[in-house]
Amino acid sequence: MAVCVAIIGKDNSPKFFACLNPDEELSFQYKVLSSLDVVEEKLSAGNKAGSDLRELYLGMLYSLETHKIYGYVTNTKIKFIIIVDSTNMVLRDNEIRSMFRKIHSEYADIVSNPFYTPGEQICSKPFLNNIRNIMTGTV
Amino acid sequence: MSDDALFDFLHSEIVNYVLERNQSQNKDAKDEDLSNIEYIGFSTGYRMIERLTKEMPRFKDELETMKFICTDFWSAIYKKQIDNLRTNHQGVYVLQDNAFKFLTRLSSGKQYLEVAPRYVSFTCGIIRGSLANLNINCLVTAEVQNMPSCKFHIQVQRT
Repeated sequence: MAVCVAIIGKDNSPKFFACLNPDEELSFQYKVLSSLDVVEEKLSAGNKAGSDLRELYLGMLYSLETHKIYGYVTNTKIKFIIIVDSTNMVLRDNEIRSMFRKIHSEYADIVSNPFYTPGEQICSKPFLNNIRNIMTGTV
Repeated sequence: MSDDALFDFLHSEIVNYVLERNQSQNKDAKDEDLSNIEYIGFSTGYRMIERLTKEMPRFKDELETMKFICTDFWSAIYKKQIDNLRTNHQGVYVLQDNAFKFLTRLSSGKQYLEVAPRYVSFTCGIIRGSLANLNINCLVTAEVQNMPSCKFHIQVQRT
């Protein structure tokens, strides 16, 4: 069970933010924003080294005492960030990976929606519900 | 392949609709205004590329992106691949399709050559939109010399 999911646009502006506990939202936003530097670093290192970072999933960006932060960047430079509680041992790398895949297909769906203008904040309610279901693992 | 036909019909209806609307809005314009069709293509490409690149590994460079456009992307839309890709390695790419879907039904010669631009501008838009979402800003122009073959010139804008 993830505690927070964020979608960050091409220009590093937040497009979507969902977390389980609304009281912690601000501190999660800080965590997500600071993880963007790590994402950037990994992407530029991947360009030089070549083959090893061809995957969209970036793995764990960094871990704090209380939380672990995972990242994923699409080909179109949209960043997905997932924050997981450190005490949560059930979520392995594979589960996180499949969670990102599901988020990505939800995102592809919302971008294909003619009522959504790419680059704007996502405020669709069904989208929020779907993401919440992915977070809590009830899909 | 009935869905092929649907796409053909929808496309030609959109072309008709846009041109008719343009004509009724300003009657004395000399050239046809195809920018609306191009823009429809742009937003289509911009949105579609998100879904098409979902399962793809990250692209290494520009050339690899172009190869993706020529193969996977083209077969997703037109059920065939680009026949020839040429580049000068300085940001100019030429994609040649020897039997472009929207032109094959039109003519196979010089006849109707003057209406060909209507039927290629949507595709120019699609290419431009998808590349824009992949962070490559470019100009796309089409060249039709002998139907049904068509060349798309992509000029990457570097700043």
